[in-house]
Parts: sequence; C-alpha cells; structure tokens
Amino acid sequence: MRIVIVRRLSQIFFFLLLLWFAVVATPGTAWWQWRGWPINWLLELAPLTAVATFLATGTFYGNLLWGLVAIVLTAILGRFFCGFVCPLGAMNQFLGWLARRGQPTLERVAANRFTPSQSFKYYFLIFLLILAALGTVQTGLIDPLPLIYRSVNLAILPLVDSSLHGQRLYASVWLLGVIFLMVASLNLLRPRFFCRYLCPLGALFGLLAALSPWRLGKQKAGKCGDCRLCEEFCEGACRPSEEIILGECVLCLNCLDRCPTGRITFAGRPSAAGEKGLPDLSRRGLILAGSGLLLAPWWIRGGLSGDRRDPLLLRPPGALAEDLFLARCIRCGQCMRVCPANIIQPALLAAGLQGLWSPVINYGLGRSGCQPTCIACGHVCPTAAIRPLSVAEKLGLAEFAEAGPVRIGTAFIDRGRCLPWAMDRPCLVCQEVCPVSPKALFLRLAFEIIRDGESLPAWMFGREIEVEAPLPTEVNLTSGDYFVGILAQPELGLRRIKRRSENRLVVEGPPAPSGMPAERVEIDIVVKLERPHVDPSRCIGCGMCERECPVTGERAIRVFRENESRSQSGRLLV
Amino acid sequence: MHQTQPKEAAHQPGALSRRDFLRRLGYAAAVTAAAGGLGFFFHDAHGPRVLSPQKALAGLGDYARSDLTGPAGKMAIVEGLDRGATVTRGLEALGGLQAFIQAGDRVLLKVNAAFATPPALGATTHPELLAAVARLCFQAGAAQVLVTDNPINDPSTCFRVTGLEAAARQVGAQVLLPRPALFQPVSLPTGRLLQQWPTMAGVFAGVNKVILLSPVKDHQRAGASLTLKNIYGFLGGRRNIFHQDINGIITELALLLKPTLCILDGTVAMVTNGPTGGSLSDLKETGLMVITTDPVAADAVGAEILGRSLAEIPYIQMAAAAGAGVADYKQLQPVLLRAQ
Repeated sequence: MRIVIVRRLSQIFFFLLLLWFAVVATPGTAWWQWRGWPINWLLELAPLTAVATFLATGTFYGNLLWGLVAIVLTAILGRFFCGFVCPLGAMNQFLGWLARRGQPTLERVAANRFTPSQSFKYYFLIFLLILAALGTVQTGLIDPLPLIYRSVNLAILPLVDSSLHGQRLYASVWLLGVIFLMVASLNLLRPRFFCRYLCPLGALFGLLAALSPWRLGKQKAGKCGDCRLCEEFCEGACRPSEEIILGECVLCLNCLDRCPTGRITFAGRPSAAGEKGLPDLSRRGLILAGSGLLLAPWWIRGGLSGDRRDPLLLRPPGALAEDLFLARCIRCGQCMRVCPANIIQPALLAAGLQGLWSPVINYGLGRSGCQPTCIACGHVCPTAAIRPLSVAEKLGLAEFAEAGPVRIGTAFIDRGRCLPWAMDRPCLVCQEVCPVSPKALFLRLAFEIIRDGESLPAWMFGREIEVEAPLPTEVNLTSGDYFVGILAQPELGLRRIKRRSENRLVVEGPPAPSGMPAERVEIDIVVKLERPHVDPSRCIGCGMCERECPVTGERAIRVFRENESRSQSGRLLV
Repeated sequence: MHQTQPKEAAHQPGALSRRDFLRRLGYAAAVTAAAGGLGFFFHDAHGPRVLSPQKALAGLGDYARSDLTGPAGKMAIVEGLDRGATVTRGLEALGGLQAFIQAGDRVLLKVNAAFATPPALGATTHPELLAAVARLCFQAGAAQVLVTDNPINDPSTCFRVTGLEAAARQVGAQVLLPRPALFQPVSLPTGRLLQQWPTMAGVFAGVNKVILLSPVKDHQRAGASLTLKNIYGFLGGRRNIFHQDINGIITELALLLKPTLCILDGTVAMVTNGPTGGSLSDLKETGLMVITTDPVAADAVGAEILGRSLAEIPYIQMAAAAGAGVADYKQLQPVLLRAQ
C-alpha cells in the first residue's frame, strides 16, 4: 500500500477516534458511555500540555507521560503526530484540499511555498512556555488538541446529540463556534494555515524534528529539473524542492508520492539539496515572545486569582486553589462535557482573561445542582486542575470525616427576593432539596398577619367565624397555611382555617357547645411561614437550592465562593 | 443572447429591443404580482395575540378498576422486611396482581426517582420493589411494563444511581426518561393551580394500568412525601412554585390521576431530613408494605408509619374531601398480614 494511503487512513482513524471519545465522555454504563474508554488519550499524547504543566508545576501528572512518548518518537521520526495523528491537522488538510480541487498545479505550488511568517508559531510557543513557567498555563487556548476537544464537546456535539444526552447548554458557545469556523476557513488562505503559522504544538514538534535522524530529503545532488511537483501537495510548506526545512515538514509524505523521478526519500541522511532545521527566527520575534515575561506578572498584579476575584466564581468540586488551578487547566472542556448536571460552563471573563473558557459552575444554566455522589469532573480532568475525588472524600466520609465534605461555596439567602421572607408566601423548596444530612438549610417559624387581615370584626360561633370585612381573594386561605387568631382570647392560640365560603371561615377546634351564643370578636388572619436559614457549617455549595428556587430570574438563594474548600483565603468560619 | 438580437438593435447601442423590453416587463410584472400576493395573503394587521392557549388535557386519566366494588380487598398491610415477599403476599391477599393486570396490558410503574442517591439512603423507590412488581406484572400477562419519573436531579443519573434503571432492565421493563416531546399541558377542570400546566402525558400513550410505587418519607413543607406526592413527578415546568400551596397542589394531583394500584413501601421509612435524606441515620426500619387501590388511604397509613397525625399532613384530608379517596383507611377493612 502506498504510504500516503496509510497516512490518510491513519488520519481518518484518529479523527473518528476523537469523535468517539467525545461521544462517550458521558457518565453511564451503556457501551457508548464512559466506562473505561481512554477518552483523554489524544489530549495526553500531544505533549504541549505535558510540557506546559511541567513548567508550571514541576511534575508530569498521570497519563500526561504519553506526551513524552510523542516527544521521543518525534525526535526520531519527525512530526509524525502532525501528519498521521492530529485530528485538527487532518481536518485542516482535508478542508485545504477541498478548497483547491481543480486548481492548476502552479497555483497549488504557489500556495505551498515556504513563507518566513511560519516562524510566528515558534515565537508563540516561546511566549506560551514563558507564561507557563511563570505559573499561568495558556497553551490550551490554541493547542490543537484542547481546541478541537473543546469545540467538539461544547459547540458541535450539543447540536446533534440531544437525543442521547438531553439538551446541553453552554454559555457563550457562539464564540467557541466562531473560532472553530475561523480555524477551518483559514484553510482558504493557505492549506493547513493554522498548522503552518499558529500551532504551538507544531512548533514544539518542529524544534524536535529539526534534529531527527530520519528525515525527508533529495537523494541525489544537482538540479532535478525543478518541476516542483513535490510541492504541489506539500502540507507543511517545508520547501522539499530546495533546501528543506526539517522543522516545518509535517510528514505528509506527499512529496515522496509525487516526485516523478523518485528522488525524494525518507532516510537517515541529509538532503542532497541541502537542509536546515528551523526557519530563521528573528531577534524582533524573540523579543515579542519575551513579552510574556511582562504579561504573566501583569495578570498576577490584576489580582483576579486572589481574594478579590468574582464572588460568583465557583469551580467544580476538587478544583485546586485559583493560582494552582490556572497552572494546570488547559480548557479542553472535558469536565463540561462529562458533567451530568450541565452546570460546568466555560468562563468568559468571570475568571479574568487568563481564565478564559476555564470551567466555572453556573447553577442557573444546568439541569440540577452538583449531585452529591457524582465525581466525574475530577476523574476526566487530564491535568488534575480538578483533583480526582473519591465519593468518600467529596462527602467527607470515613477517613475524610475530619476534613469534612468538599465545599464548592456557600449559599446565601436574598431576603429581599425570598417568598417567605419578602412576600409572606410559604415555599421552602430550598430546604426540601438540600441533600446534606442534617440539612444545611434550617427554618424558623414565623406567623405574620396577612395584608388587610388585621383586627377584622367578626362573629364567632365555636369553630365558625363570620367575618364582617372583605377577605382577601388572592391567597388560598384554606391551603392549610393560614390561621385565625382571636385577639381577645390569645389562650386559644392560632386555629388553622379549614374551609371558607365567602366571608365565613371554618377553623380547626372543638365545635361550639349547644346553646352558646355567637360572640363578637376581632380576629387576625395569620400565615404560617417557615423561613429558611443557611447553616454555613453544613452548606457544601452544591447549588441544589439555587437551581430549584422558584424565584427564577435572580434566584432568592445563591451560592457564592465563600467557604470553598479549595482556598484558605475563602474560608468563612472560624 | 447577442446572436438572437435583431440587427437594428445591434446597430443602435443603448436602444432597447422589443423582445428584451417585453422580457423585462414580464419580470417586473411577476415580482409585482408576487409581492402583492404575499402582502395580500400574509398581512397581519393586529400583531401576535397574547399567549394563545394550547389545547390542554383534562387530566392524566382514570386507571382504577371500577369493577372492583365493595370495601373488601382494597387494602393489604404486610409486615416484613423482604420487599419481594411482602408485596407478593399483600397482592395475593387482594386476589393476586392478576385481579388488576390482565394479559396484554401495558402497565406504567411510577417510581420516585427524584434524587441521584443510592437505594440504601431510601430517598427513592427501592429497586427491589420495582423489580418484584415488574416481574409480577409480567407474570400476570402484561405485554409491556414502563417505568417513569421526572426527577429533580438529572434524570439519567437519577435512574442509574438509584439502581432503578438496572432493576428495570433486569426484568425487561422499559425506562422512559422525560424529554420535551412527552410533555403536554393539562387544565384540571376543578383545578385552581393546574391550569395550562405541562405534564408528562406522553408516557401514558397506550398505557391502560398505572401503579404508583412510593417510598415513605419525611417532608418538612408537606408533612410527608408518600403516594400522592409521588404524582408530583408527572409535572414539568417550574413546578416548584406550587410549594406556595403545597396542600392545594397535592389535592389537585390526587384528582389528576387515578391509579390502578398504590404500593407504599414502608419497609424502611425516612423519618428525618426528608425528602432527600442523605444519611442512614435518617432512616428507620418500619417493616410495613401497604398495597391499596386508594392513594389517600395509602397516605393515611403512611402518616401512621411516620408517627404523624392527619392534622400534621393537611393534604390527606383535603384530598379525601375532594373525593380522591378515604382518609380513614380503616373503612377499607385492611387485611393485616405478616410475610413468612
């Protein structure tokens, strides 16, 4: 089989593998759900994540070691990942080919001419690695694997798989979609535009491939006729017809296939037409890349990862403290995809520009609060920005009893919006759905005289009361929550209203003894309110209360980051 | 086109040939006619009307066996801890499940799957009970057994974590998760709250028997979460607003649906911290299984299991007053049994 056919099959395979991993990234036991599928494998194999988080944290977390495998293979063979594995590269290559069907050879050759701007991606890589070394990992914004995972997880699949997973909503997904479309349409300018000019992962591979022992090159010295057919489909624009630039070769191997005289080979010797490792890197470009030395400190001076950050910035359970979190998160969107409650959302600016698309919890958008026994997000996180918790650790059971449950934040009641606090209406949904035992929401009883229900003149005959004033019609006095208090006879207490017809009320209590006359009394009509209070020592910030609060616009109970487990500075209680 | 032009036109640049002019005139006339037609047929002089009401159902249906008359054989209360044994024994006392389910019936089992908590925490219908009842339905000849609920937490997680999905699959019953197409508005004719309210009416398509499988749970706002509260799980929309009138809404739920059978599982009752629980210390072994055709009577027994008076759970008497059943369950002459 021709090698380019093998390459195409490999690209199709890895592209489908990416889609499959994205589809199965949903908790469940069916064969198409996440039950041991290595859904992060492609993310882990692309070594930029491993390199950047190593610079930021000093370690290679878990399966990120796969990145070292890719590094070693690249140092031996060249950019096999770009040519054979990368799903975004495959997509770019396919679109670039599609856009140029039927073009004459000369135009194709021109589109694949090497341009010095291809150096840009190296500056970009250096810039991103400087940021990482200074503690803020931003590679995921543009690294092709997080980029395509994020785009597929949040923008593409939710459009097509609502029958499998229910409707999924993601905040500001339009921006992710537009960026994905932009990456795709850049192929109209040049084939594999993203790979050639922007891709920092490609640059990293380029640095390794520049010195690889096996490489492409011309077999014989001298002029070969200058037909340039080798460059007709050259995906990397690496100039195989002249002095080849090894770091730019993506190993598409089209030149091997195209050369009419078979002069181009993949071998362990230098190209007879000359070779060089990398495109020229200018001093100006390197200085630009060095601006990262300023940018990261500026971000830190902005203070958004400290105590003054957005009080509504909630991270998934198990997330590290904000600065450690930003040293790992690559915004791949895996946690957002896997969350069965759909509450993990891509941040726009809630976490500052340095936290763009990092996971934040939004109880307003999802389907449920954070479900107590669910630990999916930490287990899917490829970099441990969200630590993999056990159920016992999340709930604070067994050996974690002393540490207590993992808290996302604390719920605060907005007494100006809460029905029983502000509007004299019984409710208590928040207390009902609180999953903590004993409940973090407790209540205090209050009996309030309803509007226009004070000191009403009435005739009372045992448990029947004829009120001589208009009774309110807008509340259901017989709902079991309304009581009558007789002002002159407080010893009777409050008597629940059982029935009503027009102005006659029947309340609970003994019937009138026979022969007793009706009494002239004044009554209050009282509503029994159970008003919720939060016990911050019990609240875990799961947001069940916020999610289910019937005050739908701005919920009357909302979770803020106070008391979150992940930061000492957020501690609320002593 | 140039070839077809008459010679004179070709000699006079800028002049219009007759044919070209007529073609352009025809084009303009077609656009005029189309614009006029669109305007004539689609003009809306009044703007949209305010929320044109959708066609609403009057309820979710009456699945009670009306041919079972007289008080006898309407309620069995079985002591025991093995759910399979107690529910089988209780049903035998009422003439067996075949007294309610006939060959070819399509049975809907409404479970309480409200929360994504494991069965041991007792916040949801126990999967053993579901498996036992579904199996008995098939033994009685049911053609299909459906299991449904519209939970509070994420539906698929709820059915998985509660063990209900696995139990259903094990015996061949089919789980119906809520999805938008299943919801239709209901306006209960005697209802004050349930007007134009989305309910999961779609799960009743083709169904002719309905069995409610409910746990016995504490509930601060309502007093208790039992059989009638289980019907809440057929509601969609922001149903939480009804907590302002919890007794009123449960009374209307009692009228929304008349089940064939109610099975109230008091094997273990959640006595505190309901209806979510979350700890084994919220549970108490009460060892009773209640099987009855009367949901109100079932809840009256449930109140007793929780050690509460009817005054503490107003909706039971309100539902009885509305005609949904009897609050004094002893009128049904319950059969009291003990499972071996």
